[in-house]
Amino acid sequence: MAERVLMKGNEAIAEAAIRAGCRHYFGYPITPQTEIAAYMAKKMPKIGGVFLQAESEIASINMVYGAAAAGMRVMTSSSSPGISLKSEGLSYIAGSDVPAFIVNVQRGGPGLGGIQPSQSDYFQATKGGGHGDYHMIVLAPASVQEMASLTVKGFHLADKYRMTAMILADGTIGQMMEPISFEDAEVETYEKPWALTGTGMKRPHNIVNSLYLKPDELERTNFARYEKYKAVEENEALWEEYQMEDAEICVVAFGIASRVAKNAVADARKEGLKVGLIRPITLWPFPVAALRRAADQVKAFVSVELNMGQMIEDIRLATECRRPVSLCNRTGGMIPSPQQVLEAIREAQKGVN
Amino acid sequence: MAIIFQKPHALTDAVLHYCPGCPHGIIHRLVAEAIDNLGIEGRTIGVAPVGCAVMAYDYFNCDMLEAAHGRAPASATGIKRCRPECVVFTYQGDGDLASIGMAETVHAAARNENITVIFVNNAIYGMTGGQMAPTSLPGQVTQTSPYGRDVNHCGWPIKVCEMLSTLEGPEYIARVAVNNVKNVKAAGKAIQKAFQNQIENKGFSLVEVVSACPTNWGMTPQKALEWVESDMLPYYPLGVYKDRSAAKEAEAK
Amino acid sequence: MKTTQILIAGFGGQGILFAGKFLAYKGLLEDLQVSWLPSYGPEMRGGTANCNVILSENPVGSPIITDPDVLIVMNLPSLQKYVNTVVPGGQIYVDSALIHEKVERTDVQVYYIPATQMANDAGVSTLANMVMMGHVLKNHPELTFEGTEATVQKLVPPAKAQLVELNMKALQAGRDYEG
Repeated sequence: MAERVLMKGNEAIAEAAIRAGCRHYFGYPITPQTEIAAYMAKKMPKIGGVFLQAESEIASINMVYGAAAAGMRVMTSSSSPGISLKSEGLSYIAGSDVPAFIVNVQRGGPGLGGIQPSQSDYFQATKGGGHGDYHMIVLAPASVQEMASLTVKGFHLADKYRMTAMILADGTIGQMMEPISFEDAEVETYEKPWALTGTGMKRPHNIVNSLYLKPDELERTNFARYEKYKAVEENEALWEEYQMEDAEICVVAFGIASRVAKNAVADARKEGLKVGLIRPITLWPFPVAALRRAADQVKAFVSVELNMGQMIEDIRLATECRRPVSLCNRTGGMIPSPQQVLEAIREAQKGVN
Repeated sequence: MAIIFQKPHALTDAVLHYCPGCPHGIIHRLVAEAIDNLGIEGRTIGVAPVGCAVMAYDYFNCDMLEAAHGRAPASATGIKRCRPECVVFTYQGDGDLASIGMAETVHAAARNENITVIFVNNAIYGMTGGQMAPTSLPGQVTQTSPYGRDVNHCGWPIKVCEMLSTLEGPEYIARVAVNNVKNVKAAGKAIQKAFQNQIENKGFSLVEVVSACPTNWGMTPQKALEWVESDMLPYYPLGVYKDRSAAKEAEAK
Repeated sequence: MKTTQILIAGFGGQGILFAGKFLAYKGLLEDLQVSWLPSYGPEMRGGTANCNVILSENPVGSPIITDPDVLIVMNLPSLQKYVNTVVPGGQIYVDSALIHEKVERTDVQVYYIPATQMANDAGVSTLANMVMMGHVLKNHPELTFEGTEATVQKLVPPAKAQLVELNMKALQAGRDYEG
């Protein structure tokens, strides 16, 4: 096994991206993700890559669009308000079917909000954000090690499906240090015959474009894209189950909330409560099958979120409201304590007794 | 039989969608001729704007990207930084370049990004049906300045070449026009120079082409060209506003 | 050792985050599971700084500490803010050169170390944080001073190798202090 080193979550993303073959980074400073840019600024010039600080979030996502259209593994990173600005570009990238990789180290919102950890961009990440019918693959790491492994996976999935993969992290996972080891895995590469490389006078010109003025043509394009999304939903959902074997209450949480929830589940087990945890690792595609199965087994769900209740809607949809789902949440940069989650578990248990 | 005149190879056979009398066709041709003359079609990547030239990707034979409104210089930056061996150009109108995309324009120039920018200034938003542009003249009547552009209310037109030439960054900033044969010929030379500069890694080169919009100006094509001469050019004087290499050579002498 | 939760707090500029990194790296070198979580943002610029370090034989759950086993404080506001969060039977380390109040709780073990004064006297005035760490390693039942130098070497960039010696000096001063 590779040596364990201590690294911040943000730095782990940057290092993993480089190991995944990313040589182009375009970004704009914003807390709490700035370590990614700093790491790239230091490393890229030494390995023949490009780090460029753009004049705005908008410019940086459009630089990503250009580089992605040129067939390169490219990324940008930001935090909540910056992602709002990038959302226009994300829509164009989706509409042009080019692969891109983006990181959102979330902070509290709306507006300028705060800089403390949050999960309040769940809707924005999983339901669109920009205009039009589209999806991004959304990966939610819960540890520094996963910041790295899901980054590598994100680049891979982006190329495989020609779409955007997003890491949806939060200030805690971005700022904390944990031991991490980088496995030297082979970087998977993909043919990109659609890319803008110059025709070399050997082929018809390639056009990367999201404009379809004929509605029937645009509809066909959208239908085809949703066939692709269907394949992603069928093949790429990821989740972790913890103590679910005999669970009667199922806690659902992702990212930092899942770590707090895990402590609470362990505490609840000590009290004899039959509780388990499902941790979605992909938020889109949402692990619908796992939730549906759990609904056959458990009596109630508790959604633990750092927002006003966003993922809870997907839990209700996945389980078709067959079981009660309660919300245990903090927002604005606050994080629930294990005690608060334990209380919510007890309440849920009372409700089904 | 000897061919004495033909369509440039860098243009496709697609029929242009532009209005009768619109100079976009001339400007497309000048860009294509420059690409042909320099023999760079196979390694050229163009970036189309949002505006009348939105479908330029169908008209140029090189690889093409359709950018978001105003963001062509940013997307061109992304391409050029990935593929420095390619020749990358943007083709943008006044709303795209000087209004919504001004930040991208200024910063690409400030970085001396090694790209070529073709900026078509016809003092109006054409595609959306004739609204006031950042370059509409004082007093100019448009759909959104129906009583004439009141500079006390909505400010003054932006002189892009004058402004960008105050920056240290850019290599070459020039303004040309396509309202008569002499000006068309000069425009062709300036455009080719803007590509040549990129090939020689000299950096950011922008050519502003003062153009006309007979449809939205509500004029015949003939009258529109006369209005360019009588009203546009006094406000937007033609000339080379910045040429770093030429200035250096002059200094050396 | 099952799990030890350590909260370090003080002013920005006192090396609070660095002290936490030191403990985290020490745990790493002892093959423990560790997490290090800093406060971040504008509050770091001259305001208060704190960090949460967890050392454990098992995978670390939440990296956020609400009830520390060990509290290390280097200014009065931090002592006042966190003194009642320490678990009964826990330890509190106080830089008594900067904090003149005493801890009133009787269910915790309290150590007073004039760390800032000691660091000044030893000619390593910026390393009061490491004086504190030296005393923590001496007195915590499950942490040891062994392997300290290797840990410091991990933390100090090669270009600043001379700092290893200074850090060791501060750590040793803290270890040898008989309060």
